[in-house]
Amino acid sequence: MTGLQRAGRWVGEHLVLAAGLLVLVYMFVPIAVVMLMSFNDNSESRNVYAFRDFTWSNWANPCRPDGMCEAVVRSIEIGLLATLVATLLGSLAAFALVRHDFIGRSVANTVIFLPMASPEIVMGSSLLALFVAGGFGGRLGFVTIFIAHVMFCLSFVIVTVKARLSGLDQNLEQAAMDLYASEWTTFWRVTFPLVFPGVAAAALLSFSLSFDDFIITNLNAGQTVTFPMFVWGVAQRGIPMQVNVVGTVMFLISLFLVVTNMLVTRKRVAAT
Amino acid sequence: MRRGRFTGYWLMLPAGLWLALFFVIPFYSLLATSLFDPKGSVLTGYDVDYRFANFVDALDQFWEPLFRSLWYAGVATAICLVLGYVLAYAIAFKAGRWRTLLLVLVIAPFFTSFLVRTLSWKLILADDGFVVDTLQFLQLLGDDGRLLATPVAVIAGLVYNFLPFMVLPLYASLEKIDARLVEAASDLYASPSRGFLKVTLPLSKPGVVAGTLLTFIPAAGDYINAALLGSPNQRMVGNVIQNLFTSTGDYATAGALSVILMAIIVAMVMVYIRTAGTEELV
Repeated sequence: MTGLQRAGRWVGEHLVLAAGLLVLVYMFVPIAVVMLMSFNDNSESRNVYAFRDFTWSNWANPCRPDGMCEAVVRSIEIGLLATLVATLLGSLAAFALVRHDFIGRSVANTVIFLPMASPEIVMGSSLLALFVAGGFGGRLGFVTIFIAHVMFCLSFVIVTVKARLSGLDQNLEQAAMDLYASEWTTFWRVTFPLVFPGVAAAALLSFSLSFDDFIITNLNAGQTVTFPMFVWGVAQRGIPMQVNVVGTVMFLISLFLVVTNMLVTRKRVAAT
Repeated sequence: MRRGRFTGYWLMLPAGLWLALFFVIPFYSLLATSLFDPKGSVLTGYDVDYRFANFVDALDQFWEPLFRSLWYAGVATAICLVLGYVLAYAIAFKAGRWRTLLLVLVIAPFFTSFLVRTLSWKLILADDGFVVDTLQFLQLLGDDGRLLATPVAVIAGLVYNFLPFMVLPLYASLEKIDARLVEAASDLYASPSRGFLKVTLPLSKPGVVAGTLLTFIPAAGDYINAALLGSPNQRMVGNVIQNLFTSTGDYATAGALSVILMAIIVAMVMVYIRTAGTEELV
């Protein structure tokens, strides 16, 4: 092996990893900035885009900006409700698609893929067109946001649960039935625990999609203000630093949940 | 397959109905809206007039933001492909036991609000910020040069926001590649770069196709980056559509523009998938 080849190999071994890590750093810079700015004291300044002094006061008084906490609560309410409905309906559909044969199954598979491949602005305006045509133009709000969120979460839930379900060994269920477990018992004692990590991941995904959605929500919200809409509204005037507190808290909570779900799944896999 | 001939239908029914009512049928409403008589208003109501001239009007007035959206999204997708490929490749082949952790880190940015993250780019790229100062020091940017309110800022924001959509499908297809194939290439005296070009890259094509689509489509419809990081000169088609709907109340033109955007994207996706030869993807 010549020196040149060796050098080439070394570059291949380490440079790719280093470059990959650099890309990852790039993805984290804004999050670090959000965390940093949550400690920024800019009460003296109109320039919200510079770090001035360190303070705990944003964390101590997260609800000081007018309407922000109300918006966060509303987003959580919509998020929980949409997650509940989307996870339930989506998991049922995933079972249908993996375990049952029915006319129109391939059509259903395509339709489920489409919301993930359509621009949000088009889905949002379509829904708005429907609501206006149905005479709900003046009554946009909580309910229309909820309907929209369940719609776009469904695809993600179905895809996530389907992936988990199709990787499942059906012999385990067969074994339970051979040992005289009823279909019902088999489902709750064998199938459900095995599928659960997929369902949990889908629910987490739904909630974060719902909590974070802006484009579709903004078109169908009427006067209702969710957290992203609050941020959008204040972005033009000057952002209260408490927005960064909410961003940081969200980040830490979801990271905790995802890591927990992963560790639990891994333990289960190790146990079986 | 289970007993109960109709179980599948019953399980599928609720989700299917929801998607039919609130995803499929709305496209019809949008189409109807795009054919409204623009003389109506939100208050007095619109008549479906089969006014195809709406499309001509919309294109005539807004061809520029429409074209700009496709252009920005295309550039952002290309950059994402390069960055995402490096990252996905590193995770799939070089990360060893850190794989899972790195994958979590890839999706971690999703956990903070999209808007809050984009706003923090506004701070990073600010006129007296670190990045602008450095570029000015290196003479890459004039002394009064700026990044905010330029196409660079908007494209950088798009790249940042949609990068995970590129990395995940790329990783999924890279991970499936049988390492023995790459070894075989090297046993047959292929250099590492040749092995990559002849074996790894072609085998990762499904990931490339899926990743570019999942990046390009949302990027083309996005208006948050253009609104927060750009100026009216960087206005994208999403900005126009949302303004027409929510501020101007010009439903006819907004509807027509949405239909045009969707049609362009569907056409591009179909041509792309044909040429890439991965029909089984969809």
